[in-house]
Amino acid sequence: MIQAATADWADYPAFTAPTPARKRFPAAAGVAKMSAKTTSAATVNTDTVDYSALVQAVAQGRDRDAFGRLFAHYAPRLKSFLLRQGADDASAEDLAQEAMLTVWRKAGLFDASKSSAGTWIFTIARNLRIDAVRKARRPEFDAEDPAFVTEAEPAADQAFDAEQTGARVRAALAELPEEQATVVRLSFFEDKPHAEIAEKLALPLGTVKSRLRLAMKRIRTCLGDER
Amino acid sequence: MNALPRHHLDEDTLVAYASGTLAPAASVMVASHLTLCPRCRKALAAAEAVGGALLESESTAAMKTSAEALLARAEVAPQTLKPARPVNDNRDAALLPRPVRDLIGDAEPLTWRWMGPGVRYAHLAGDEKEGKVGLLKIAPGTRLPKHGHTGEEFTMVLAGGYADEGGHFVRGDVEWADGATVHQPHADAGEECLCLVVTKGTLKAKGLLAPFIQPLMAI
Repeated sequence: MIQAATADWADYPAFTAPTPARKRFPAAAGVAKMSAKTTSAATVNTDTVDYSALVQAVAQGRDRDAFGRLFAHYAPRLKSFLLRQGADDASAEDLAQEAMLTVWRKAGLFDASKSSAGTWIFTIARNLRIDAVRKARRPEFDAEDPAFVTEAEPAADQAFDAEQTGARVRAALAELPEEQATVVRLSFFEDKPHAEIAEKLALPLGTVKSRLRLAMKRIRTCLGDER
Repeated sequence: MNALPRHHLDEDTLVAYASGTLAPAASVMVASHLTLCPRCRKALAAAEAVGGALLESESTAAMKTSAEALLARAEVAPQTLKPARPVNDNRDAALLPRPVRDLIGDAEPLTWRWMGPGVRYAHLAGDEKEGKVGLLKIAPGTRLPKHGHTGEEFTMVLAGGYADEGGHFVRGDVEWADGATVHQPHADAGEECLCLVVTKGTLKAKGLLAPFIQPLMAI
């Protein structure tokens, strides 16, 4: 059973942030920037592996080797993510397995022009978690819906490189001011409405909302979306 | 019916929906708005990309199973096929976004409660704690009583339109009101106004007529 999160928000992982390092070793700013590429725990440089291509290999050829590599990378991260959201060990294990099973079965639905592999897999786990916790499917929009309003044809200037964009989002997150990064973290790791997050941080709700707005604005800018 | 919405979802609502922490009633509202709003779908993609980035940056927790063992299970376990969606030949198919139609399901015809002159309400799902979802039908030109809220109210126009202190709202537009908002919505002339409404808490009538109106505002 998934329980409510009990971890103190201060326990959340810092983004691989160059900012703190820069404060301590101002002369090593260049080095600190490079460290943004490595994840906090893994030694593998995720920027060199094209996870989107691995998903496509699974989709096209039932490539078990490609799946193995996806599993090795994402399953332990999914489990850690779910634990951080308050799941107990058994639930986190089960959900991570279910998510990877869904990756295997539904690899054909992955669209590398829309999102990175990590984002797609995140949404799979998110939906499974909602199904389990709420015992009801998550309401979603349906592109086949007669009521669906399509986007105007986008200007096809350049191909969307999902993995590269994903790396830019990670970098943008790592460069957020701490106060914005905290609000973003809590939005994803706490199963709480923002009013409760504001209480937890002893801040007015308006402040929490504006920090979130600012953070998302920076993220969207790096995705080339001016709003 | 082809104009794009001009009143959009708040950032925090989108992020909560993207992270999976938004309450079910509000999620119906968000999914319905996203059906009609390409701009918010793009914003959702950005929020989901944050989720993906957080996943990539996450530390690792050892798995008790291997990829091979999982795949062995995959071959053996029967594929659970999703039941085919019943084809909806209802003329409302293009009017009501799928998330709303799914909620109504087979509960036709809906029970419409009289809420006052020109106003009817049909409860669809939910409760006061997590939020209620319902449909509101307002006759053309009707001026709703001035009211505030003890909780939150999320309104999305599906047909027709209304105007209040926040602006003019037509199909796809969303308006959010909380405890601080007092408004007096006025439905457009010419067409019945149909809205999806999510409420948490209750409405509080304001003004001289409050004692007479309050009993009617028990959504």
